[in-house]
Amino acid sequence: MKIFIPTPLRAYTGKQDAVEVGGATIQEALSGLTTQYPDLRKQLFTDEGRLRSFVNVYLNDEDIRYLDAKEQTKVSDKDSLCIIPSIAGGY
Amino acid sequence: MTDATLTIPEDVYEAIRRHGERTYPHECCGVLLGRTDENGNAVETAVEAGNTRTDSAHNRYNIAPQELIRIQRHGRERGLDIVGFYHSHPDHPAQWSKTDFEEAHWIGCSYVITSVEQGAAKITNSFLLNGTTEEDKRFEDQRVVVFVRAAESTRC
Repeated sequence: MKIFIPTPLRAYTGKQDAVEVGGATIQEALSGLTTQYPDLRKQLFTDEGRLRSFVNVYLNDEDIRYLDAKEQTKVSDKDSLCIIPSIAGGY
Repeated sequence: MTDATLTIPEDVYEAIRRHGERTYPHECCGVLLGRTDENGNAVETAVEAGNTRTDSAHNRYNIAPQELIRIQRHGRERGLDIVGFYHSHPDHPAQWSKTDFEEAHWIGCSYVITSVEQGAAKITNSFLLNGTTEEDKRFEDQRVVVFVRAAESTRC
């Protein structure tokens, strides 16, 4: 499946904006991504292995946090994941 | 290291300032699409986004991730990347705040802030989010270069 990489994380994927990975679940796909690009791990996950709070991951158009099986959700080659850090602020 | 310069066409620069005036007294927000090279972030176009912080829109903004994904896809189809974001500070200086910093996670991107006083856009500043991780990120003042686009040549 394809994982779309946002601009700030492309420094860790050889400037690629999308990466092809294998895996039967979201977790396996993300694991495949960080195996290929180990420096991405600390950008995406906490020391406890949880997705950082500001990192959103969408399976097609669904936030994986709201999927019943969350990161254990099964995926196929036709699916895509999109990593998108949050954007907010104010004074 | 990325050069701390943001180049932006005058029409885009004016559009983001007008956006802040239209949403006053609420904050406006949007995404800057363009390209990054050794000279810094070069904006090609801006896309207005909705502010989901309707609970406190006068001093907070948030762009829904789904909207961000749509904008990123829209840019990708045109060979453009997300190179920055913009928002307004209604009746507040055009300086980043503690909240702006804590909520900034797009390292390498430009965060453009326009102060809007009594409905009129005043100062527009840009801050580059530099660093390598959440732990060492920092905002740096970024020079803003506004330029007039060359008129497209007309073919007979």
